[in-house]
Amino acid sequence: MKVQLAKLAHARSGDKGDTANIGLIALHDELYPVLVREVTAERVKQHFKGICHGDVERFELPNLGALNFLLHESLGGGGTLSLMTDAQGKTFSTALLRMEIEVTDQEAANLPG
Amino acid sequence: MLDYLAEVTMSIMQKQKARDPNAGYAKDFVPLMRRILPACAERGIKVTANAGGVNVRGCADAVISVARELGLDVRIGIVTGDDIMSRIDELLERGIELRNMDTGAPLSTVRDRIQSANAYLGAWPMVDALKQGAQIVITGRATDTGLTLAPMIHEFGWSNNDWNRLAAGTIAGHIIECGAQASGGNCQYEWRSIPNLADVGFPIVEASPDGTFVVTKHERTGGWIIIPGVKEQLVYEMGDPHEYITPDCVADFTTIRLEYEGRDRVRVYGIEGRPATEFLKVSISYSAGFKAVGTLVYSWPDAYDKAQAADRILRARLDRLGLKFEQVLTEFVGVSATHGPLAGRPGADIPEVQLRVGVRGPDRSAIERFTKEIAPLILTGPPAVTGFAGGRPKVEEIVAYWPALIPKEEITPVVEVLET
Repeated sequence: MKVQLAKLAHARSGDKGDTANIGLIALHDELYPVLVREVTAERVKQHFKGICHGDVERFELPNLGALNFLLHESLGGGGTLSLMTDAQGKTFSTALLRMEIEVTDQEAANLPG
Repeated sequence: MLDYLAEVTMSIMQKQKARDPNAGYAKDFVPLMRRILPACAERGIKVTANAGGVNVRGCADAVISVARELGLDVRIGIVTGDDIMSRIDELLERGIELRNMDTGAPLSTVRDRIQSANAYLGAWPMVDALKQGAQIVITGRATDTGLTLAPMIHEFGWSNNDWNRLAAGTIAGHIIECGAQASGGNCQYEWRSIPNLADVGFPIVEASPDGTFVVTKHERTGGWIIIPGVKEQLVYEMGDPHEYITPDCVADFTTIRLEYEGRDRVRVYGIEGRPATEFLKVSISYSAGFKAVGTLVYSWPDAYDKAQAADRILRARLDRLGLKFEQVLTEFVGVSATHGPLAGRPGADIPEVQLRVGVRGPDRSAIERFTKEIAPLILTGPPAVTGFAGGRPKVEEIVAYWPALIPKEEITPVVEVLET
């Protein structure tokens, strides 16, 4: 079944120049493998279509149950050059949590809340 | 530790110093020191701060006069040598291109527009100052993580190739460098449950000689120190987690372990690091044209449609005026300004939408002209519009950030200790 990522994870995002970073953190350790399987760089690139104009890179932090994404060319030039309300990419975190992913019935049963 | 410098702060300070040779540092630092110096002197608390900006000595002099007024003896260490503004041409001539780390462009493309250039210094010059008995260490462009790491190196006598411990102190710095963002501020995890953010306690690192540390906060303060909150701060502004590069070491965020050690206490351990690189990062700021942002608010009914219509009218007028911009960006706050197309189309009964139009370009007069086109829309555009009490949008000069690398041997930090 499909669930929204917000049910499995929390996140924080920020900027480095024109690149937004999103740290996606599993709400508990057992959910981390689901994030690794479902939230691929390709899927994130697709999700941010029209927002992220460059590549998406993904890094794994199993020790924190977290994934880090770099979304290049996403902040209208970045820093003081950007005209965007969110020139620092602070709300990219919750934008990612809108993503719908596929989970098994058993995984769905283990979701918090 | 007190971190004062955002990426383009140095250029603002450079401008202040051009107007007044006594200015060019973080002004807030001096009244803050007036307030805390007595307590620091009494309890032997040391302070590291990158408040010196482009006038470290001026900043130190101001603190010295405050100390004298308060009748306190304080030794102030200053760290300089980060400012390479006067050396740019010499460096470029010698083939050090200072290419933009993000775009790859050589610095020569913006040479005539440079406003400031500073190398990021690490912890070691501050350690020198502490060794010489400094109680307050004031630096120019120093890394925020170095401000936290330096006292640990000094106190525990860590060596300059003890990469795991240097990495641990660096990560401790990363956790607390954004203040309350590690103790409940901007925390997504169960945000409704976070206690008393009006009186939020700032995070504290209790460091041990072995490189482990505990993140905590003062009792009876608001906020919280929880593992999910510490994780959120760890991933903040992260690049490749395997290599968090500072002047002092390369820290590996994939080795960090976290565990609870009591209420509002998270123990951090297991951190591994690797040797520092042969380069220092340089922060260069340059003038990059002008920008302005104008906003208007449209109300129900059909708020979004009205805001879109107003945008079309505005753009048609800008076209007719023949104004040239590098970029024109329209956003609809309340509809899509933060999440873009991911937010979906709003309901027809959305109560209000803010139209927000920004323009950017090299020609100041074009940007000025744009700012005069917003107010007329109230009388000439779609109805039920407001939100213009603030007056005409302001034209801002853009000072942009140019990150580059420089070989370490090019930079010689200078440490001095001044007596009050």
